[in-house]
Amino acid sequence: MPSAQDILFKTLADPTRRAIFERLCRKGEQTVGALTAQAGISQPAVSKHLAVLKQAGLVRDRHEGRLTHYSAQLGALAPLIDWTSQMAGFWERRFDQLEDLLRRMDQ
Amino acid sequence: MNETSAETRSVIVERDIPFPAEKIWRALTQPHLIEEWLMKNDFKPVVDHRFNFRGDWGAVDCEVLEVEPNKTLSYTWAALGLESVVTWTLTPTGAGTHLRMEQSGFRPDQEQAYQGAKYGWQRFLAGLEQVVARPD
Repeated sequence: MPSAQDILFKTLADPTRRAIFERLCRKGEQTVGALTAQAGISQPAVSKHLAVLKQAGLVRDRHEGRLTHYSAQLGALAPLIDWTSQMAGFWERRFDQLEDLLRRMDQ
Repeated sequence: MNETSAETRSVIVERDIPFPAEKIWRALTQPHLIEEWLMKNDFKPVVDHRFNFRGDWGAVDCEVLEVEPNKTLSYTWAALGLESVVTWTLTPTGAGTHLRMEQSGFRPDQEQAYQGAKYGWQRFLAGLEQVVARPD
């Protein structure tokens, strides 16, 4: 059973798919048509990438009339962002600097 | 180092430091000294004082919660979409001081904060190419 991280990495390993996801992150909700105009590939190819992104939970679709709007689901990236270990690394480095300072304060 | 519970998570870093608590307290509470090891700031050791830390990447908004000279210092820490509380505890030992920092109050849903995702995204992209190029 692949982990959530495996799925995210595999989904975003494709540069074209990643570019579509990044565009949705930057620009907010977009239609398939708008994404196709910028992607440089056919609309069916864009739709296929969007389906893979949707399966990984990275995008959500919203139907409005004949148009389908896609938006990025940034929360899906959460498994890649381990806040507690990031902050622990931050504080370990600050403790090093604090100890350096304390040694200098002695002089 | 990382504690996980149903509601919140904490980051705890602690060290035995060969200096007296009074000296460490000065480094933790005097703005020009704090700047040398942590970040630029307008800290004052006064309960309810609002201040911020300023780094190259942005600011941390804080409010002083507790001040017990040479023993305990606590302030809120809000940055990058995360809200938490940082508590410093100084305990004298034979050879110096045991210094403990606990940052607590991370909720699992805060990990999904928009700012956090944006911040993590840059790091993720930087490492992605190497990871996918690695043989299984």
